[in-house]
Amino acid sequence: MTAWDALRAALDSLRANPLRSALTMLGIVIGVAAVIAMVAVGAGAREQVLRQIASLGTNLIMVGQGSIVRGGVKLGAGTASSLTEDDALAVLSEIPGVVVTAPSVRWGLQIVAGNQNWGTVLFGITPDYMDARDWSIAAGHGLSDVDVAQANKVVVLGQTVVRNLFGGGDPIGEPVRVFSTPLTVVGVLAEKGQNTQGQDQDDVIFVPLSTAKRNIPGMAKSNPRFIHTMVVKMRDGADMADAQAQIRDLLRQRHRLIPGQDDDFWMRDLSEVSATRDASSRALSFLLAAVAAVSLLVGGIGIMNIMLVSVTERTREIGLRLAIGARRRDILVQFLIESTTLSLIGAAVGVALGIGTAMGVAELAGWPTLIQIDSVVLAVVVSGLIGVFFGLYPARRAARLNPIEALRHE
Amino acid sequence: MVSEPAHSLITVERLTRHYRMGPQIVHALDDVSVTVRPGEFVAVMGPSGSGKSTFMNLLGCLDRPDSGRYWLDGQEVAGLSSDALAAVRNRSIGFVFQSFNLLPRQSALDNVMLPMVYAGVSHAQRIERALAALDAVGLLERAGHRPTQLSGGQQQRVAIARALVNDPLLLLADEPTGALDTATSLEIIGLFQRLNRRGITIVLVTHEPEVARFASRVLHFRDGRLIDDLSQDAEVAA
Ligand SMILES: Nc1ncnc2c1ncn2[C@@H]1O[C@H](COP(=O)(O)OP(=O)(O)OP(=O)(O)O)[C@@H](O)[C@H]1O
Ligand SMILES: [Mg+2]
Repeated sequence: MTAWDALRAALDSLRANPLRSALTMLGIVIGVAAVIAMVAVGAGAREQVLRQIASLGTNLIMVGQGSIVRGGVKLGAGTASSLTEDDALAVLSEIPGVVVTAPSVRWGLQIVAGNQNWGTVLFGITPDYMDARDWSIAAGHGLSDVDVAQANKVVVLGQTVVRNLFGGGDPIGEPVRVFSTPLTVVGVLAEKGQNTQGQDQDDVIFVPLSTAKRNIPGMAKSNPRFIHTMVVKMRDGADMADAQAQIRDLLRQRHRLIPGQDDDFWMRDLSEVSATRDASSRALSFLLAAVAAVSLLVGGIGIMNIMLVSVTERTREIGLRLAIGARRRDILVQFLIESTTLSLIGAAVGVALGIGTAMGVAELAGWPTLIQIDSVVLAVVVSGLIGVFFGLYPARRAARLNPIEALRHE
Repeated sequence: MVSEPAHSLITVERLTRHYRMGPQIVHALDDVSVTVRPGEFVAVMGPSGSGKSTFMNLLGCLDRPDSGRYWLDGQEVAGLSSDALAAVRNRSIGFVFQSFNLLPRQSALDNVMLPMVYAGVSHAQRIERALAALDAVGLLERAGHRPTQLSGGQQQRVAIARALVNDPLLLLADEPTGALDTATSLEIIGLFQRLNRRGITIVLVTHEPEVARFASRVLHFRDGRLIDDLSQDAEVAA
C-alpha cells in the first residue's frame, strides 16, 4: 500500500462522517489558531516596543539625583541636591564617547492661559536636551542658548498642553503663566504619543533651565547649580556598560563618596527597560504556550477517541483487507495516516483561523500583529506529531485484529 | 517424513485445529488429510459445525493449525512469517465470502482494485486489470456503481472479480451462494464453473446439493473429520 493509497483511504473515511470529523478536529483547530494568533499579537507588541525604544535611542544614559528606588524599596539614603550642572559638564568633558549631556529639572505645576488652566509637568532644560531626547519643533522655534544664558521668560508647549489651553488656536506669541511668572509661548513640540508605559509624552512644557530655577519657588535654594536629572548621549556603538561604570566612578569621586558608601544618584540606560519588557513578554508567551498545549492535548485525545470508534466500526473492513493480503503494517500505516490527516486538516484550518484572527485583532482592536512563520511551522509540525502519537494506539489495535474474528464482526 | 506429492496444488496432512472452551476441547478439525490437484473444482459439504469454515480458513492462510502440515503449490506454509502469509493471501489465493464483504462507500471498480493496492501494482495497470476482471464476471457496465446500487448476485460477482484480479492459483469460497436465491445461486455457480474451465482451482463450501452438483469432486465433513471424498461428473451449467 503506497502512501497515496493510504491517504485516499483516509480521506474517504473522513468524508464518510463529515460532521464527526469536523468536530474531532475542533480541538486542534482552536489550539493551532490560538498559538498563531497569540504569537502574532505578542510579536506585534514586542515589535512596537522595540521600535519605540529604538526611537528613544539605545545610546542614552539617564542619571538622576537621589537614591535608586527598586520595587518600592529605597536603596541607600541619597542626599538631596547631590547632582549639579557641573557634574554634567564634567561627564561631558572627562568621559570618552559622550556626545551630549543635557541637565534638567522637572516640576509638576499648573499652567494658566487666559481663563484656562491645566496641570502639567515643567522641564527646565538646555537646547541639548531636545537633541538628546529626540524632540523636534512643530511650530515656532525651540529654546536657544541665549534663552538659557539670559533666563528669558519663554516657554515651548507640548501638544496636549496646547490642546487643553488653546483648543484649536495658535499659541505662538501668547502669554501664559506658571506660578505667578508670565512667560511667552515661542514654540510647540512635535507630537510623540504614548511611551512604552502608556504615559502621554506630550503633556509637558519646556522652559530654559535658568528660568525654571529662578522662578519656581523653593527650587535651587540651597544650591543654584542643582539639577534633577541629566541625559547622557553616547556616540553610536559605544560600550554602554563601560560608560555607566566610568560615569559612576566620576560622580562618586566628585561627590566624595568613600568606598562602601551608597551612591547618591541613580543611573539607568534604556536597554534595561527593554530587558524588563522582554521578561514580561516571555512570561506571557509561556502562559499562551500552556493554553495552546492544553487545547492540543484535548484535541489529541479527541482524535484518539474517534479513531477507536472508527476501528470498531470498520472491523469487518480490516478483516477483509487482511484476508486479501494487507500486512499488519499496512493496516497500521493506514490508520496512522488517517489520524494524522485528521490532525493536519485541523491544523490547516487552525492556521487560516489564526491568521484571520490576528488580522481581525489588528483591524478591530488596532493592535499591531505580526504573523510569525515559525509559529505556523511549529503548530503544524506539533499537530502532525499529535496525530501520530494519539493515532498510534487505535492503529495498533486495528493492526492486531484477528482476520477471522474481524470478518465475523457484526 | 511426509513429502509433498508432485502435481498437487493443495496437500494437507493430518490437519488438526481445536478450540478450548473452558474445560472442554472442541475439535473443529480433526486429522484431515487431502490433496487437491490444479484445475479441480471441489465442493465441501457437511452439517453446520462440521468444520468446513475452519478448514477453509486454514487453506486460506487466515489461521494456523494446531498440528499437521500444509503445502500450497509446493511450498510449506507453516514456516512462513506473517508478512509472507499476507503475500500468499494476496497473490496465490482469492477469497469469496457469503456476505460479499465489499467496501460500501467504494465503487465496484475501486473494490476490485483493492487487492492490487497491496500487490504494488501501478495505478494505470490497476484500472486495466480491474476492468478486465469485471468483464470476466459480466459486470463491466456496472464498474462505477456502489454495492448498495447492485443486487446480491451482482455484488457477489464484484466480490468474485476482486478475488480474481491478482490472478490467483486458488479460489476459496465459503458459502458464496448462501445469501442468494436459487436462480441467482445457479448463475453464480455457472460463473465459478466457467472460471474453473479456464484453469483456476476452486474449493467451495455449500449446503445445497444443487450447487455441489456442478463440482467435479465433493468432500463431506462431519464433526471435524473428512468422512467422504467423491469424484463425480460435474453437471454443466446452462
Ligand atoms: N473461534 C472459535 N472458538 C471456539 N469454537 C469455535 C471457533 N470457531 C469455530 N468453532 C467451533 O468449531 C466447530 C467448527 O466450526 P466451523 O465454523 O468450521 O463450522 P462450519 O462447518 O463452517 O459450520 P456452518 O455450516 O454453520 O458454517 C464448531 O463447533 C464451532 O463452534
Ligand atoms: Mg461455516
